[in-house]
Amino acid sequence: MSGRFFGAAVTRLEDARLLAGKGQYVDDIDLPGMLHAAFVRASFAHGRIRSIDTGDALAMPGVVAIYTMADFADIAHGPMPPMAPHPLLKTPITYHPLADTEIRHVGEAIAIVLADNRANAEDAAAAVTLDIEYLPAVSDAALACEANSPKTHSQHASNIAATMKAGFGDCAGVFAKADHVLTEHFDIHRGGCHSMECRGVVANIDLLTDALTISTSSQSPYMVRRHLAAYLKRDENDIRVMTPDVGGGFGPKANVYAEEFAVTLAVIKSRRPVKWIEDRQEHFVATTQQRGQTWTLDVAFDNDGRMRAIRGRCIHDNGAYAPYGLILPATALASFPGPYALEALDLSIDVVLTNLVPTSPVRGACRPNVAFLLERLADRVARHLGMDRQEVRRRSFVRADQMPYTTGIKARDGSPISYDSGDYVGALNLVLDKIDATNFEARRNETKRRGKLRGLGIASCVEDTGLGPFEGASVRVTPAGKVIIATGASSQGQGHRTAFAQIAADALGVELEDVTVETADTAKFPLGISTIASRIAVTAGSSVQLAAHKVRAKAIAFASHQLEVGEHDLELDGGAVHVKGIPDMKIKLSEIARTLAGNTGVPLPGDMEPDLAATAYFNSNALTFAYGANACEVEVDPETGDVSVVRYVVVHDCGRLINPLIVDGQIRGGVVHGIGNALFERMIYDEEGQPLTTTYGDYLLPMAFEMPRIEIHHMETPSPRNPIGVKGAGEGGTIPAAACVISAVEDALGPDGPFIALHPISPQHVVTWLDGN
Amino acid sequence: MKAPPFQYHRPQTREELGALLARLDNAKILAGGQSLMPMMNLRVIAPDHLIDINRVANLAGIREAVDGIEIGAMTRQADVLASDLVKSRLPLLTRALEHVGHIQTRARGTIGGSCCHLDPSAEQPAMCAALDAEFVVVGPGGRRVIPAGEWFEGLLQSALGEQEFLEVIRFKPWADGHGYGFAEYARRHGDFAIAGAAALLEAGRDGRITLAALLSFGVEAAPKRLSEAERTLIGQHVDSLNIKPVIAAASALDAMEDVHVTADYRRHLAGVLIRRALNEACTTMRRPS
Ligand SMILES: Cc1cc2nc3c(=O)[nH]c(=O)nc-3n(C[C@H](O)[C@H](O)[C@H](O)COP(=O)(O)OP(=O)(O)OC[C@H]3O[C@@H](n4cnc5c(N)ncnc54)[C@H](O)[C@@H]3O)c2cc1C
Repeated sequence: MSGRFFGAAVTRLEDARLLAGKGQYVDDIDLPGMLHAAFVRASFAHGRIRSIDTGDALAMPGVVAIYTMADFADIAHGPMPPMAPHPLLKTPITYHPLADTEIRHVGEAIAIVLADNRANAEDAAAAVTLDIEYLPAVSDAALACEANSPKTHSQHASNIAATMKAGFGDCAGVFAKADHVLTEHFDIHRGGCHSMECRGVVANIDLLTDALTISTSSQSPYMVRRHLAAYLKRDENDIRVMTPDVGGGFGPKANVYAEEFAVTLAVIKSRRPVKWIEDRQEHFVATTQQRGQTWTLDVAFDNDGRMRAIRGRCIHDNGAYAPYGLILPATALASFPGPYALEALDLSIDVVLTNLVPTSPVRGACRPNVAFLLERLADRVARHLGMDRQEVRRRSFVRADQMPYTTGIKARDGSPISYDSGDYVGALNLVLDKIDATNFEARRNETKRRGKLRGLGIASCVEDTGLGPFEGASVRVTPAGKVIIATGASSQGQGHRTAFAQIAADALGVELEDVTVETADTAKFPLGISTIASRIAVTAGSSVQLAAHKVRAKAIAFASHQLEVGEHDLELDGGAVHVKGIPDMKIKLSEIARTLAGNTGVPLPGDMEPDLAATAYFNSNALTFAYGANACEVEVDPETGDVSVVRYVVVHDCGRLINPLIVDGQIRGGVVHGIGNALFERMIYDEEGQPLTTTYGDYLLPMAFEMPRIEIHHMETPSPRNPIGVKGAGEGGTIPAAACVISAVEDALGPDGPFIALHPISPQHVVTWLDGN
Repeated sequence: MKAPPFQYHRPQTREELGALLARLDNAKILAGGQSLMPMMNLRVIAPDHLIDINRVANLAGIREAVDGIEIGAMTRQADVLASDLVKSRLPLLTRALEHVGHIQTRARGTIGGSCCHLDPSAEQPAMCAALDAEFVVVGPGGRRVIPAGEWFEGLLQSALGEQEFLEVIRFKPWADGHGYGFAEYARRHGDFAIAGAAALLEAGRDGRITLAALLSFGVEAAPKRLSEAERTLIGQHVDSLNIKPVIAAASALDAMEDVHVTADYRRHLAGVLIRRALNEACTTMRRPS
């Protein structure tokens, strides 16, 4: 595949509008008569609701209505439908739109206040009197596993919601025969997720038809529609869900949220349009978070550095509800064995309920955890054997000549996972070359002369992308010759419009400016899944390609009929179909579109089907595997414990690049995410589940000052599993980044330093370690 | 995150300001708003009245007076940072201001606001303590001058009375060519520091210290002059300082702990940072040739 646009670093079509402040986000929507919502939220982590008194609050200025779950009884009741039912979850563990009888984490929504403006709604929310019986809470997943622990849901007998297992090979056998076995305990912090735009919903009801229109800052508009329809027992057709410009998603916005339901129910009840914009404080306590896990792992390896088998157990902090089922812990199991060609694997994960905000996939889901585990183990093995870290990897990785490589793990549908293509050792060699690992010791010595410690870190990863089942797209040429793409794949700033336009413009021989992309309005395209799991380039990108080629074929068939020229002698260029070598013998696309749009009483030429348009769905039946190798250098101030990342080099292979600029942006942002995980972001709770870091003064996001220049090199191994040869690129930056940084810190602390098995690390950790503690 | 209701007042003169402060209960002065507005939006405080002093005439400005430099309370941090006068006469203040927040917050935030808010890690009041500045405040009883030594009453608590406002801060610059040093450690550039330190030195022609100021901030609830340690420096030669007592003094402070760091780590930092500040002061000191 090559064309004028596919593969070109064209600047993003969406940016001029967004940078000029012309973006239209949910909060920019203003409907006549619209009310503003604020939620009354739980201020402690576990309790039984005795009564809710809204009397005083209702009398406050501007207040129109206050609803609790009981007030919705005539419309709907019960917990929300699960987004991803799982056989191991006997009963789904989902929220009620508003808390029913029990609150299970700080921030859970209890009542919704509607007022003429948000400030008045907040004043009234503070005046609602709650009588809630205190129940003991548990905030530590390991403690929650103990028999006498308080139960997150008081009706449950255990906090362990499910135990998930995965593995292959004869683990006991390999362990018995291997030259060495080591055991390590890992502690990976939960962390939050902070898109620049918080969540938000504007909902409205048609007073004549009762039809609902919902704009939401979501990654999954079609899931919102589907689950709302099920909950309200309505037809999906009565509910239109739109996602206008969305200021970042990163995963949490893929969930269908209680607030989306509560606002909609409040609209049905009040018959007024309602806006709710989540503020940052709410975001800290009500939007799902990342991925706290502890692991105990044994690794079996040989004298030559070959890693042969891994076994162990994980405690997964799920939080109080499982809106997204077991998707998050499942990604941990599916991410093993990463780039390592293990002979055997035996893992189990206890999914544990705690009185905290739920966790759900955030950029990489649990893949960054697994990259951390595997890469740390590889470093550990190297250290044990006194061998080069690279060498352990070269001996343990899946080799290019083994592709396609069946790992032994099963995908969600039970099919065997097989890596489609790639050269993991090649990527590692390239990144070491690019960072100039050969001369690292000279740099280490120079740094030492300045009183600092320098370390080199390496980390690799493999990432399953293009998750099924499908996305779709329609491509249509208007009578003005413009191309309109509609797709169910919603966009949160990734540059979908540009990438899809590049694909279609090549197929149809038009300019990028001629292409408009409409995403994520359930009224404009019938079906969609979700923008998650690095899947849109594969699924929607391929759909655009398939649909655009159908349109192309139709235009050629039309021209062939009209010009009486064989189809093989025609090509598309300059907005027209013309005879190869004779640019003047042509028919413009606009003319074809106009003709196929029909004229009263005039039959269509050649009895063609009306409309210069086509729809296609690409079924992504087999995952496609991107991969990368990272290397970085850190400088550690041994006195303050400060760690600064001074160089960061990424080698990344996501198959064919539709637009290198966009991919680079994804990788850079992803690496920053990972550096945040390694060094900065810590969401602290006390034992009672009270969050202690709910402002940006306390919750440290990585900021520009602390970020190194990130150097990116691409390898392009096309995927054989989709028509455009692409693999996903949304998470590959994040997945190995925390592992890479920690590897560098450990290297800086030297052979007497500790094995670092946790993140984020703090300067205080570093000082303590250097003290020999 | 919307502030509860309040009434907004915008006096134009010191007299109007004074009258409002005398008349209104539960009132707060609004300067740059960089600390006050977040606290109101988070509903940590809920004043009934907000008195915006941004339009009060002549509250901002930096000028050279007979016995020193005066900086009006409403002077923006950005303007103090950019001032050549401050840079040449109070170089420590300039040095510290580079670490205060971000370009955006310095454009609004004022030196007076920071000195009234009194975050334990705030650089500006800390430098006032190092420089023995004087706070001129105005209230129903007229003007009074509060020396830095009496300004700090505790965590977020200054000596300012309920009905008083801060008008101006007076600094007595140290001799030309004095040594100044500053060091702080924050996780990210522009954050409130976990701990910080400052040092000022003057020496005679023989290189022996004649005057010293040493300060730790962000460690205890208020910035702390290490007076004992200062005295140990007097008479020592700049090139061969015995800094052990200085580090010992900083490392013995009654350090705060919070969700991020322990008191031990803060004390450890206090020692490291005071040494760095003192070293820098030795380097920046201009030697008589
Ligand atoms: C992102 C961010 C980062 C920051 N980082 C730092 C940092 O690293 N170091 C640092 O020191 N600060 C930092 N700050 C705080 C900043 O410096 C504030 O500007 C400062 O603390 C308050 O000054 P202000 O003019 O904004 O005062 P305001 O917020 O308007 O007022 C603060 C308090 O002082 C009172 N007040 C103000 N002026 C007077 C007066 N003339 N008389 C009597 N009372 C008065 C107010 O009533 C209020 O109680 C940061 C702020 C932000 C938002």
